[in-house]
Amino acid sequence: MSTRQTRVLGRVLTAPSVGLLFVWMIVPLAMTIYFSTLRYNLLNPGTEDFIGLENYVYFLTDPAFLASLRNTLVLVGSVLLITVVLGTGVALLIDQPIFGRNIVRLLVIAPFFVMPTVSALVWKNLLMHPVSGLFAWIATSLGLRPIDWFAEMPLFSIILIVSWQWLPFASLILLTALQSLDEEQKEAAEMDGAKAFSTFFYITLPHLARPITVVILIETIFLLTVFAEIFVTTGGGPGLQTTNIAFLIYSQALIQYDVGGASAGGLVAVVLANIVAMFLVRMVGKNLET
Amino acid sequence: MARRTTTTHAVVSTGAAWLVGLIIFFPILWMILASFKTELEAFATPPSFLFFEWTTENYGIVQERSDYMHHAMNSLTIAGGSVLIAMLFAIPAAYAMAFAPTERTRGTLLWMLSTKMMPPVGVLVPIYLVFRDLGLLDTRTGLIIVLCLGNLPIVIWMLFTYFKEIPKDILEAARMDGATILKELAFVLTPMAVPGIASTLLLNFILAWNEAFWTLNLSTSNAAPLTVFIASYSSPEGLFWAKLSAASTLAIAPILILGWFSQKQLVRGLTFGAVK
Repeated sequence: MSTRQTRVLGRVLTAPSVGLLFVWMIVPLAMTIYFSTLRYNLLNPGTEDFIGLENYVYFLTDPAFLASLRNTLVLVGSVLLITVVLGTGVALLIDQPIFGRNIVRLLVIAPFFVMPTVSALVWKNLLMHPVSGLFAWIATSLGLRPIDWFAEMPLFSIILIVSWQWLPFASLILLTALQSLDEEQKEAAEMDGAKAFSTFFYITLPHLARPITVVILIETIFLLTVFAEIFVTTGGGPGLQTTNIAFLIYSQALIQYDVGGASAGGLVAVVLANIVAMFLVRMVGKNLET
Repeated sequence: MARRTTTTHAVVSTGAAWLVGLIIFFPILWMILASFKTELEAFATPPSFLFFEWTTENYGIVQERSDYMHHAMNSLTIAGGSVLIAMLFAIPAAYAMAFAPTERTRGTLLWMLSTKMMPPVGVLVPIYLVFRDLGLLDTRTGLIIVLCLGNLPIVIWMLFTYFKEIPKDILEAARMDGATILKELAFVLTPMAVPGIASTLLLNFILAWNEAFWTLNLSTSNAAPLTVFIASYSSPEGLFWAKLSAASTLAIAPILILGWFSQKQLVRGLTFGAVK
């Protein structure tokens, strides 16, 4: 049905969105690239010089960069592992014949709708506070030493909070996928004497391959730029222990006002995100074809 | 389930599922409880679970001392405004791509999605400087613009997956009967597209309400939505747990309710139609 008329009309209707997104992508990115070649600090206005790739050399050789790269990878990897494994478990459980399934589903999905600043502060204070937090009370009641979460294992504390936020997403998607699994197929497998264990590995898990890929892909996009949770709890510390790439660049830009350095960092972040995206898309490309 | 489902099996899995559900929900429940405690009780060890003196004073204080409503209105304006404007651009685009696809449509869609791959922190510096020069820092207009552009790809994708499922035969039949493009839009397409448009609105409103990168970086007080307002409780001298909990409960309640209604669309929307 693509007559000449509809093609023209189609282009007219799509153009505003394409134009906006193009501008949104190209203009700031071009500015980032330009700034990244300048010595440019907001505290010393008027002293901007072209310095070539110096900002990049500085950013990439800064020990803070390697530390934050490591933190970013640990954070993303751990949260992915936790949410996919636990999410599969939760989804399998809710898929069982249980009473009040809809209510359980509501309880499980709820954390996803909590804004990041709220979940981070509630966890940090009400639950993980070393003296008055609920976890401290549980530990003391069991005769254990309460953990000072954000002092002893700061990155793990962040991982815990972020996993709690993303577990619902993984669970819900995997549950939706499970519910579309052909019941007869499972029945047939059982009649043939398959144990629950092998039903899971040979039928359920392959069926979940695609939704798990989708979960990993989408979570990665969001997890690479975790920011608010760090901003309101640790401020990147102690030291650099919870600084990820996003937070490092933020602090260079808006705390140290180093526009040039932060721009170089921003571009490195864009490149890293693209490498991850390419890697993921290639890995999952086959899986995603519709 | 026609399989050998015994009663024991059902009881055990029901118990386990409820336990898991309650554990996952617990932090929210604990926060709601704390919002009805006095500051002393909220901080007390051992904590009291239900048998404390219930009070609603925190809610009053949050509104009085920190002008909660001002920030709630900001959230509403920013999230609502950005989504509505995104819809104005996205509906025609998604319509065109779903009903008159060309060989370029697939590429365009994937390209739009790829703009989402760009980490916001990569363009933080230029956006911040441009906003500073245009006087858009700490304004609702500025945040509406950024959130609108940030969500536009998701809005277009979601609408596209919904529109694609509307049978084309109906449109062709209408066209045969002499309907013009405008009539076709108004009387045939719109009624069928409303559910998809509504879910897209809802989900993206939720995403914009909870957005906490741009809002934290581009607003401080005047235009600060609830995400930023809650973040102000992170200062060490501001350890008011009951008030933090009251403010947080108010901030998430409307979204939690909207979210519960939209959970089916959530799966579809956030997976760009890849899982239904």
